[in-house]
Amino acid sequence: MTDNTPHLKVNPALLKRRNAAEKRFRFYGLAAVMTAVLVLCLLLTSIISKGYTAFQQTYILVDIRLDAETIDPKGTKRVEDLAAASYRGLLRSALREQFPGVEGRKAKRALYGIVASGAEFDVRDAVLNNPKLVGTTATIAVKSSDDVDSFYKGYIPRDVPESNRKVKDRELVWLDTLSADDRIVKQFNVDFFTHGDSREPEEAGILGAVIGSLYTLAITLALCFPIGVLTAIYLEEFAPTNKWTDLIEVNINNLAAVPSIVFGLLGLAIFLNFMGLPRSAPIVGGMVLALMTLPTIIIASRAALKAVPPSIREAALGIGASRMQTVFHHVLPLAMPGILTGTILGMAQALGETAPLLMIGMVAFIADIPGSMSDAATVLPVQIYLWADSPERGFVEKTSAAIMILLAFLVVMNAIAVILRKRFERRW
Amino acid sequence: MSYAMDMQNYTTQSETATSEPKIMARDVNVFYGPSQALKSIQLDIGANEVTSLIGPSGCGKSTFLRCLNRMNDVIENCTVEGRISLDGVDLYNSGLDPVLLRARVGMVFQKPNPFPKSIFDNIAYGPRLHGTVSNKDELDERVEKSLRRAGLWDEVKDRLDKPGTGLSGGQQQRLCIARAIAINPEVILMDEPCSALDPIATAKIEELIDELRERFTIVIVTHSMQQAARVSQKTAFFHLGELVEVGETDRLFTSPQDDRTQGYITGRFG
Repeated sequence: MTDNTPHLKVNPALLKRRNAAEKRFRFYGLAAVMTAVLVLCLLLTSIISKGYTAFQQTYILVDIRLDAETIDPKGTKRVEDLAAASYRGLLRSALREQFPGVEGRKAKRALYGIVASGAEFDVRDAVLNNPKLVGTTATIAVKSSDDVDSFYKGYIPRDVPESNRKVKDRELVWLDTLSADDRIVKQFNVDFFTHGDSREPEEAGILGAVIGSLYTLAITLALCFPIGVLTAIYLEEFAPTNKWTDLIEVNINNLAAVPSIVFGLLGLAIFLNFMGLPRSAPIVGGMVLALMTLPTIIIASRAALKAVPPSIREAALGIGASRMQTVFHHVLPLAMPGILTGTILGMAQALGETAPLLMIGMVAFIADIPGSMSDAATVLPVQIYLWADSPERGFVEKTSAAIMILLAFLVVMNAIAVILRKRFERRW
Repeated sequence: MSYAMDMQNYTTQSETATSEPKIMARDVNVFYGPSQALKSIQLDIGANEVTSLIGPSGCGKSTFLRCLNRMNDVIENCTVEGRISLDGVDLYNSGLDPVLLRARVGMVFQKPNPFPKSIFDNIAYGPRLHGTVSNKDELDERVEKSLRRAGLWDEVKDRLDKPGTGLSGGQQQRLCIARAIAINPEVILMDEPCSALDPIATAKIEELIDELRERFTIVIVTHSMQQAARVSQKTAFFHLGELVEVGETDRLFTSPQDDRTQGYITGRFG
């Protein structure tokens, strides 16, 4: 029996085609990566260029005569009395003194409008910080109104007709006077990080949403980490393979693909309407997001458990460990990096989720910073949605700034995932 | 016929050595779902000797080995019929806790599988788990003794806190043996313990097996007939789920009674 098949001869045309295909594939890959990077850069540039101004706030330096008679008529100097006093009148008279020529109700109202509606609290805070100011004339930086702030940030151009301009000619004159007097200053916008939401852009802050998000995520994590990991352990290590476990597995995979708003409707029907839990509360939001995140965590945890080599289980069983000891002493620690990564990715997804929370009322306007899990609250992505929907010019930069905060949280969470993975990773 | 004769031969021999075999298997049938992996196995394993199980791949020798410490329990669809007893106690039908059984019947696997922990913790895991040591000093002592018995102490005594997975393949396997003997089992099962090792590491392990025989009953599955000849006193030849022949190792290799044994050890198949 002879084999007459000729020895392999290199076919140049085939070789060329093969090499070309190889090169082409690499090029496509590179092009795809570059496109992704470009789009990401574009996105970040757009968000940052729009949003960075939100971290600054324009203040107007006003010389205020802090009349002891008005502020503290009884002369007690007690903090409560100083806090309870009305500073609005003092601020307004200071503005009138600054611009003595302003006459008439309308003009005066416009003048008062260059400072924020909450500017009197800046005066109050200055007094509370330094009660010795009472009775003197102090130069105090008060917050400008959102329009003035926008004007100084360049969002309101001078050269458009007055009728299309939020800052009128009359106000421009005042502002120019103040500018010439070095009375316009920009300061870091602390209030953005310490205030809750507000109807006034200059007063609106992110803290309420951040706290709401933290409460919500805490509930989500507390619910879905133990349940998810234990489910995964049971299904992967203990449950027999039969049609019931198959059915459960298929259902978990399907649940991971269910649109999140469906979970919101479920939460509305069960947690709010049936169980009567408080509306708009982080506790309900956390429960809804836990439902949504559970499949992700279960699937990730099962994959991580499956990746632990069976030889480790055999080693432990062979030495006389029970199955539970085998899992908790050996398999679970080895699977932990994968489980934590999956959990944090699930948490990041939950952090960015809006739709299901709209269904349970977390979209309400809430100015107070939530003090507990059952207080009405909103969360970061919903806050972004609310601000993006607001007509005031000042909310445009706030929206972008809130997006930056949200992205920062996501980056931090992913960084934690990487660190945990590195720390717990053990090779075998 | 030859098989029955051999069994007789074996029994008389072991009666002179020890009064009763350590492990007795009678009519053992093992099924993986519908397919039968072992057919009516009868085998006695004497105390303090090395019994090697040889045979071509898929002949059921590993399956049989895993019946002896009920490692097959973990495999789904695996059913074991018949009677296997350790010191006269039925392993499967007497309510014996498989976890306790595995503490008495240790196992060393084909691929070295140290835990991804320190060398010390690898050895200490078993004694800690079974509470056989009462304090840290005893534990230290136990770890040292186990490592010495496994011939590994001198190589690792300065790096007990280093991961066991950082050792070489042969060292890892000796670590696994040390881990197994740390809980003082009565029987040690070895499932092709040298198949992943180089000849030098293999020689060390074989030497070790010979030393361990004094204290432990050893059952070893091996693909290498030379190894079986070198380390064991008894050899059992499995083929297609049947126990074809069992006997003194010297006798089995020099004058096999069955054609299939003859064929296998002369290299005609397998």
